[in-house]
Amino acid sequence: MAEAEEQAPVSPQSEGRSGAGEEAPERTPESGASLGVGEPATSPAGSPGTEDPAGDAKKKIDVLLKAVGDTPIMKTKKWAVERTRTIQGLCDFIKKFLKLMASEQLFIYVNQSFAPSPDQEVGTLYECFGSDGKLVLHYCKSQAWG
Amino acid sequence: MTDDKDVLRDVWFGRIPTCFTLYQDEITEREAEPYYLLLPRISYLTLVTDKVKKHFQKVMRQEEVNEIWFEYEGTPLKWHYPIGLLFDLHASNTALPWSITVHFKNFPEKDLLHCHSKDVIEAHFMACIKEADALKHKSQVINEMQKKDHKQLWMGLQNDKFEQFWAINRKLMEYPPEDSGFRYIPFRIYQATTERPFIQKLFRPIASGGQLHTLGDLLKDVCPSAITPEGGDIRFFMHYMDISVCSH
Repeated sequence: MAEAEEQAPVSPQSEGRSGAGEEAPERTPESGASLGVGEPATSPAGSPGTEDPAGDAKKKIDVLLKAVGDTPIMKTKKWAVERTRTIQGLCDFIKKFLKLMASEQLFIYVNQSFAPSPDQEVGTLYECFGSDGKLVLHYCKSQAWG
Repeated sequence: MTDDKDVLRDVWFGRIPTCFTLYQDEITEREAEPYYLLLPRISYLTLVTDKVKKHFQKVMRQEEVNEIWFEYEGTPLKWHYPIGLLFDLHASNTALPWSITVHFKNFPEKDLLHCHSKDVIEAHFMACIKEADALKHKSQVINEMQKKDHKQLWMGLQNDKFEQFWAINRKLMEYPPEDSGFRYIPFRIYQATTERPFIQKLFRPIASGGQLHTLGDLLKDVCPSAITPEGGDIRFFMHYMDISVCSH
């Protein structure tokens, strides 16, 4: 599998500690891993890991990924993502996960209102727009919100 | 707001005298003369450089022309940062005019976002406005506006029309008198000394005790290490003004 050789930017979030009203992943972490999604720490090196995340930056945050319109859903919705991961990195991951063509467009939205620029880090967005310990992002193959 | 009008005008009409030079390795049919322009600080490079592009394309063969990009002393300039920010970040010590190199080849994919049309700039600009309003008013003000109001903001920027822009932006800068401030102050701190992206956090205009936060409070909260005596040589700039004094 080509995916298995790539470094996954995110890892599936384990179940069992979600609060009320939270969407639990429909897949277990194990089935997520079988899709070629592993912990970055165990993946082969080779990502553009030029940054040197210190302290806080190393801790992962929970990201909930929701599809909009007719964009395919991801069966695992909740992912632990490195804070320094960019929107572009996340976008590439979702595309790969959904087996979209690299040339296909994918828009990511915060608060169902604005599309952060591709070089914005999810950690910063989490600080400002996270709620209940997670950052909710919507993704869409066409422009959903202006 | 009316009291600030002079300041708003000064910020809006801030200009940077700039000299654009074609990169030495670009292939031309004739010599490429440099091109001079006054760049508006609050605009975007790819929004105000149509003339620069035309000027250099005149001396180049069509097949040599790919997506235009700009560089200053080896640093590719991100078009999605406001021009004034790029200058303050990379070139604040330079002699004027600011000397920018123009490229049509070897687009640095890792450093820059593509900008194939003005629509891309508009989308980025509106996303920034919306993100700011999410912090200021939980997006209420921007969502209550009509499509034509959004368009007016953009056209105001694109056509350098101060009044047109501020007729709408005024609403985005208001808050109910009983609130005495935004919910959170939208700000970003860009660091000249590191490749790390900007710092952005939630910061309320009012302290828990009820007193108004100062700019110094914000800097102390967000960059505590820069405020200590050891951080003494760290300076803060806003619209080219040295505001380091606020951190003491």
